[in-house]
Amino acid sequence: MDFAASLKLIAPELLMSVSGLVLLLVSAWVGDKASRAISVAAAVVLGACFFLVAPAVCSGASGPDTLAFGGQFSADAFAGLAKLMIFAAGGAALVIAPAFFERFNAMRAEYPVLILFAVLGMSIMVSARDLITLYIGLELNSLAAYVLAAFLRTDDRSAEAGLKYFVLGALASGILLFGMSLTYGFTGTTSFEGIRVALNGEMAMGALFGLIFMLAGLAFKISAVPFHMWTPDVYEGAPTPVTAFFASAPKVAALALTMRVTLEAFGAQDDAWRQIVIFAAIASIVIGALGAIGQSNLKRLLAYSSINNVGFILIGLAAGTPAGASAMLVYLAIYVAMTVGGFVAVLMLKDENGNSVEAIADIAGLSRTRPALAFCLMLVMFSLAGIPPLFGFWGKFVVFQAAVNAGFVALAAIGIAASVIGAFYYIKVVKVMYFDEPADVVKGESDWAHWALLAISALAISPLGYLLTPWLGNLADKAAAVLFLGV
Amino acid sequence: MIQVLAFYLFAALTIASATLVIMARNPVHSVLWLIVAFFNAAGLMVLVGAEFIAMLLVIVYVGAVAVLFLFVVMMLDIDFAELRAGFVKNFPLGMLIAVVLAAELVLGIGAYRAGSLELGTPDGSAAPLLGKSNIESIGALLYTKYLFLFESAGIILLVAMIGAIVLTHRERKGTRPQIISKQVRRRPEDATVNVKPEVGQGVQL
Repeated sequence: MDFAASLKLIAPELLMSVSGLVLLLVSAWVGDKASRAISVAAAVVLGACFFLVAPAVCSGASGPDTLAFGGQFSADAFAGLAKLMIFAAGGAALVIAPAFFERFNAMRAEYPVLILFAVLGMSIMVSARDLITLYIGLELNSLAAYVLAAFLRTDDRSAEAGLKYFVLGALASGILLFGMSLTYGFTGTTSFEGIRVALNGEMAMGALFGLIFMLAGLAFKISAVPFHMWTPDVYEGAPTPVTAFFASAPKVAALALTMRVTLEAFGAQDDAWRQIVIFAAIASIVIGALGAIGQSNLKRLLAYSSINNVGFILIGLAAGTPAGASAMLVYLAIYVAMTVGGFVAVLMLKDENGNSVEAIADIAGLSRTRPALAFCLMLVMFSLAGIPPLFGFWGKFVVFQAAVNAGFVALAAIGIAASVIGAFYYIKVVKVMYFDEPADVVKGESDWAHWALLAISALAISPLGYLLTPWLGNLADKAAAVLFLGV
Repeated sequence: MIQVLAFYLFAALTIASATLVIMARNPVHSVLWLIVAFFNAAGLMVLVGAEFIAMLLVIVYVGAVAVLFLFVVMMLDIDFAELRAGFVKNFPLGMLIAVVLAAELVLGIGAYRAGSLELGTPDGSAAPLLGKSNIESIGALLYTKYLFLFESAGIILLVAMIGAIVLTHRERKGTRPQIISKQVRRRPEDATVNVKPEVGQGVQL
């Protein structure tokens, strides 16, 4: 493989790393005064990367021309589509952060730099076609994420979230590495292509153990049950802009990585991982729905909601067909819009001193004091619940359709039944906002950037989003087809 | 012959110093014995022709890990005598764990010898260069095939460093750092005054 061609394929990653290094120098030189300027610059870089990646997604790039560095890195349409979502979510995390941190006098110039490096790690993750690339990308993202979770040093909950995330994340990385070393030992190669070839036919017991350990490590990163325990604590403790980031971009990256590992590397052994994925999907949906019922904190509620959504996305993976993979990508795109919208709305809930309001009881009667905000939050909640006119329904619909077409009727039925349980707590939030006596706590104002982001995500998940379905479905189909080339 | 002698020398010294690590009364001595054990293990690695791992042992374990241990031992006020108390009480548990580990070793080696373990065949993409030392082979791989991953690993280390600084560095108010240019610019007339105190009076500043 020509070296120059490889460099051209990793252009977005090169741009991110070089500008990350430059911005780091600027932040060391100028100090925290420049935080806002550096945030803007980092957002511009992410925007530029977005347009660098977009052509590959639109043309459905695949095949040997997209492989860089001897097949370790792939800039194909699948990676591209995941990257578009990651860049968008990363950009949102940059936009909403300064106003939040400045309230605590804690905005530091390293925040945008860390976000940039986390996004770089995620973009390496989704392009991984080799176990080592997978691990490098995952660790780059995770290390930046541990620091971001503890970014609000004066807040004990933030420090606790960072420590918990770090200890459990390190354990999960260890499990993943153990699985990778077993896989390497029993297949003799680290490349996904080679693993697929080596595993054609009978699967050795050791390779099966490797697969199980790798899936356990990845399940931690996507917070699928039974590796979800850290999610509510970390999401509650981390600063809200960071939580918005955690719930959107790393989820996309880790799920895309799980798809690559299961469908590409272990694609020849789908019976081996299907039962694990089915269990994780059902358990995530049920525990995500039941766990959320007792929550009184909005961030914890959204954490359980993200566990629940991961379960629905895994149903598409259990189908194991191109349609299932495409449905997962469509769901992920809608999920990112819903999550960003939800967390931006939570960020905009402030009392008169500008402190965050996170308790569900405090947003009682929000529709009378803040009709616009309450309406957007209602849209997000209904969309997360999957209630028909909203776009969230479409994601669930395509996933269930893929599962039924692949012959998993029972799985789809359980998923639909559990989504009814889940609807209860989403609608409870709407009921508290619209029918309870106003608590009159939310009084703070938000700047235009928050409103703009909220409006964009509300528009995307509104029924208008259905205009996007042919286009989004087409892109997702082309991207998902990349994963099935080797079959 | 000399290799066999060297092997038994290094092996015996490794085991002896490892025993002394856990037997030494003074924790600083324990760490020093650990360093001796690392050096002898490095010697063993050179004997089997893995000079890169031998270098890693010396550079990473002696140079960084052991020094870190020394720091911890010296800086933290840990009562090692208390930690070591209850040796007799915990002895059966320790023996049990040792037996389990030994049984695992025997089982593992037995299974491997019996040939019931079918490992994958390496794809040959990372085969060592003919007639080159393994340091050259590793370098050739790291800077060609794995260049991208090698550089990305560098960014991971950078992020770890940024993280440590972000989480611990605090701007302190009221510190008086040395400003060398200011010191150099200062002239004698700025710093000294010539006064002529009256007889029986103190100096008024």
